[in-house]
Amino acid sequence: MTTADSPSAAGQIPLADLRKGMRGLVTAVVDDDTAQIGDTAGSTVARRLREIGFVPGEPVEVIEEVWPGGDPMAVRIGATIFALRRREARAVLVQMQMDKP
Amino acid sequence: MTRFPPPARTCRAALVGVPNCGKTALFNRLTGSHQKVANYPGVTVERKEGIFIGPAQHCLYQLLDLPGTYSLVPTTLDEAVTRDVIAGRLQGEATPELIVCVVDATNLRLSLRLVLELKALGRPMIVALNMSDLAEQRGYKLDRQRLAAELALPVVDTVAVRAGGEAALLAAIDAHSNATASAAVPAVLVPPGPEQVEATQRESRRILDAAGYVVPLRTRALQRLDAIVMNPLFGPLLLATLLFLMFQAVFSWAAAPMDWIAAGIGALGGLVQSALPAGPLQSLLVDGVLAGASAVLIFLPQILILFAFILILEDSGYLPRAAFLLDRLMGSIGLSGRSFIPLLSSFACAIPGIMATRTIPNLRNRITTIMLAPLMTCSARLPVYALLIGAFIPAQQVGWFNLQGLVLFALYVAGVLGAVLVALALKLGSRKAHYHPLLMELPEYHWPNLRNLWIGLWERTRIFLTRVGTIILALTVLLWFLASYPAPPPGAAGPAIHYSFAGMIGNALQNVFAPLGFNWQISVALVPGLAAREVAVAALGTVYALSSGADDVSAALGPMIAGSWSLATALSLLAWYVFAPQCLSTLVTVRRETNSWRYPLIMAGYLFALAYVAAFITYRVALALGGGG
Repeated sequence: MTTADSPSAAGQIPLADLRKGMRGLVTAVVDDDTAQIGDTAGSTVARRLREIGFVPGEPVEVIEEVWPGGDPMAVRIGATIFALRRREARAVLVQMQMDKP
Repeated sequence: MTRFPPPARTCRAALVGVPNCGKTALFNRLTGSHQKVANYPGVTVERKEGIFIGPAQHCLYQLLDLPGTYSLVPTTLDEAVTRDVIAGRLQGEATPELIVCVVDATNLRLSLRLVLELKALGRPMIVALNMSDLAEQRGYKLDRQRLAAELALPVVDTVAVRAGGEAALLAAIDAHSNATASAAVPAVLVPPGPEQVEATQRESRRILDAAGYVVPLRTRALQRLDAIVMNPLFGPLLLATLLFLMFQAVFSWAAAPMDWIAAGIGALGGLVQSALPAGPLQSLLVDGVLAGASAVLIFLPQILILFAFILILEDSGYLPRAAFLLDRLMGSIGLSGRSFIPLLSSFACAIPGIMATRTIPNLRNRITTIMLAPLMTCSARLPVYALLIGAFIPAQQVGWFNLQGLVLFALYVAGVLGAVLVALALKLGSRKAHYHPLLMELPEYHWPNLRNLWIGLWERTRIFLTRVGTIILALTVLLWFLASYPAPPPGAAGPAIHYSFAGMIGNALQNVFAPLGFNWQISVALVPGLAAREVAVAALGTVYALSSGADDVSAALGPMIAGSWSLATALSLLAWYVFAPQCLSTLVTVRRETNSWRYPLIMAGYLFALAYVAAFITYRVALALGGGG
């Protein structure tokens, strides 16, 4: 990131709790919700999230959410935008970041 | 097309990469027209192989375009195919001797983990840094030599969308095949654990930092575009507008080229008639072949316009965003946003649509999507719709819109509504399903590439013309025979076709179809129309050509049916075609994709029932409203 960001003092929260325009740094991906993604192989949500770049230290930003209910949400991770539902976004923990004025 | 000189030997290579890295464009650039593709263009869901010769001319390369994947631990059938081919575990598929891993230079972060995962297999491998021109334009920075050194793999720049953009890759491939004699052995794949995945991600980050990879901020224009396209209010409006425009365009833009085709075939018919003496041969050529083929050929422009729209929307990166917007809506009928692209493709043809369901990870969602695909109005229904609308609906303006276009739109809507009802019924009929995540990439916008569009449309034209030239022609000629023989007994009254086999079949079937308002000509035409929908139009052309005795039915089928059918009959036939499973290829595809006869049989049964009920209601309502005249 080239803009000046500073981590807030707040603890880590699930990515699912972020609203449109909010940003954070990934701190962990939890394996709790290990629903199988497909019927053909043993890939889980947590595995796929890690594979597409949700790993500790990566900046994320919620760039859009669908009304009503804000689900699914469009999340930028690195240079890629992914559509996630809040349900799978719960597996990603982030450290919120505040923009300096 | 250039003839290949005999090469010394052949080498097998495979293109691998994450989705949306421009892999298919690079494949098209490398192999050009020398491709062997399955019958229907999907979105890299089928086996695509192409051949080319390297600049050194010592080797003929067989290049496989593998489905895009983020990982060697698959979530879909598509991804499983890629893994199995690379690992050399797919039955009947030789293991590629060389892997060309295509990465998007504007999004290396997403690709590099896959590169490292592939590299760990220890296979000969080249990294193609695709879209390198775009990366440079947009201000990306990268030390290629350093990247190659860190990866210990050859790294070459490619620009798939520009002629000559593949030169460096060709040289690298040639250099590789000179250097190594391949010995590809099946690999054992152990899925990496969470720590390993995170470690690989750290390594890929370290490599990118070492190579000085700098990603510029996303431009304001792109951000603003996303803010509109995915806006909760404007996004759906834009989507509805685009779809509506697409269906209007199918009717209004295609008018002129359709007239040219009709005029051309009409002239050909006149030529044949003046050159040949009247008799069976003249009748076969004019009433059978020309009347049948022209009735179908004339719709090529409309089909191409429809495909062009879908290909452009696909190529530009818009479709996944539409799927994102529709995820919640589709969730309410038991589907997910992922079903949107297969269903939209089904508007062109249900077969690529059904094949595209391979990208849906969940089996139940996939089956539901397959079941709904034939309800999306495919391009083969266009000839039928266009014929009937042209004959029965006046071409007047209603506000800004053309009334014929509006009716066509209504028919598409009827199919979609039918699909919604069927999906709801399926949802109610099944137990509470397991949760399945969305997890779908929204790729960066791109200007659609004209060359890829051209290749896609050409492929479509080729398939269509092949169908016209084979199945449709054969069935039309068969129908001409059935409709011409046996000849009527001497002194018989009425058209000769009444006494033919086709007349007998039509009269028998009429018992079944009379409640729907279908006459015997329609009943006859529905039989060959089972093989492919558009054949019904060709068949009507042949039946009417033979029963009227008029000279030039190929150009005048519309006016002829307008004079002999009631409006209620026409509307009933339209309603029939919204639902009827009149396409053997679709049922065969469903059989292949689900590996069982169960689903195609269920599909055919429920669609016939729906079609009969819909046509019956339409006919009765239209009669009651005075459409019987």
